[in-house]
Amino acid sequence: MMSVLSKLKEAVVCLKAGRVTLPYPANPRPVAPNFRGRPLFDISKCIGCAGCANNCPAREILVIDLCQEIRIIKYLGRRCAYCGRCADVCPEKAITMSNEFENATNNVTDISQKLDVFMSTCQRCGKCFKEPSPLEQLKMKGYRFDDLKNDRWIFRSQQYLEQDPVLDDIKIEME
Amino acid sequence: MLKDLCKKMFGRSLWVYHANSGGCNGCDIEVLNVLTPYYDAERFGIKLVGSPRHADVMLCQGPAMRSTAKALKRAYDAMPAPKLVFAIGSCACGGGMWFDSYTVIGPVEKVLPVTYYIPGCPPRPEAIIYGVAVALGLVDKKTAPVQFKQLEYPIPRYHPSDLHKQDELVVYEKLEKI
Repeated sequence: MMSVLSKLKEAVVCLKAGRVTLPYPANPRPVAPNFRGRPLFDISKCIGCAGCANNCPAREILVIDLCQEIRIIKYLGRRCAYCGRCADVCPEKAITMSNEFENATNNVTDISQKLDVFMSTCQRCGKCFKEPSPLEQLKMKGYRFDDLKNDRWIFRSQQYLEQDPVLDDIKIEME
Repeated sequence: MLKDLCKKMFGRSLWVYHANSGGCNGCDIEVLNVLTPYYDAERFGIKLVGSPRHADVMLCQGPAMRSTAKALKRAYDAMPAPKLVFAIGSCACGGGMWFDSYTVIGPVEKVLPVTYYIPGCPPRPEAIIYGVAVALGLVDKKTAPVQFKQLEYPIPRYHPSDLHKQDELVVYEKLEKI
């Protein structure tokens, strides 16, 4: 008798507990405060300083100067760790860490963002800055010319070869 | 009739094999989180299996490393034919933060054909469920590549060709926006 009662008690407890499963893909799920999702770039605020590119630990934001006036900043998004350092370092607050986390895709280039920034030049000389000396170039972290076509980051000190793929250099030895 | 019903009910059951090829275990924990009753991936028919021979889907975490690429490829070859590969986390999608290290070959797509990418470091359990739901056709994908352009240049551009001499002054004629 006692055992049956205890079983019934258990059943009542289980019924009381209700449903715990999240109805997630049907209903939206809000994120926690201070959640860092996909960084969103605002072109109206961006001045093209490339500070985000220099501070990205995954070397994920690429910079290339098409000409004196146009600089392209490309965020690849594929190896982004969502650390928020780009948003921290941006002097104009042009990068915001959004709440977007539903970035699943079948094409990895869907996550990329590309900015064509107009770089205003000096009205007198037409250049942005005076050419740095070789010693200053060594000290300078930024002002790189990355390879946008192959989505890769180029070491300024390295000899850059056209036909040399950056990730394929180690051949996988398959049986 | 029962066969048709079974096909309808169980046609999209994904049996997943969980392969970590050198990740930091962050994504593993999130994947295990998805299988808990709170997120309950089994309502989509997802079941974790221990062997690649039983699996339809391979969940890849971590980049393809020099030491594990071969084993990963062998596990992929052992899976029966209609197979999917999900790259979970930024390591599997793009090589991770140490993509240029000498031990890392790169993203898993260097070794396996990846069908779905779930970025994040680690992705939330909801993000993984969303990726699975995209694969099952329950929801549509939300992301698309974005390109911003500053079409109108904010200042008039200086052209030496627009300068010309007038009496003793140099006059810059063209001042409209380009």
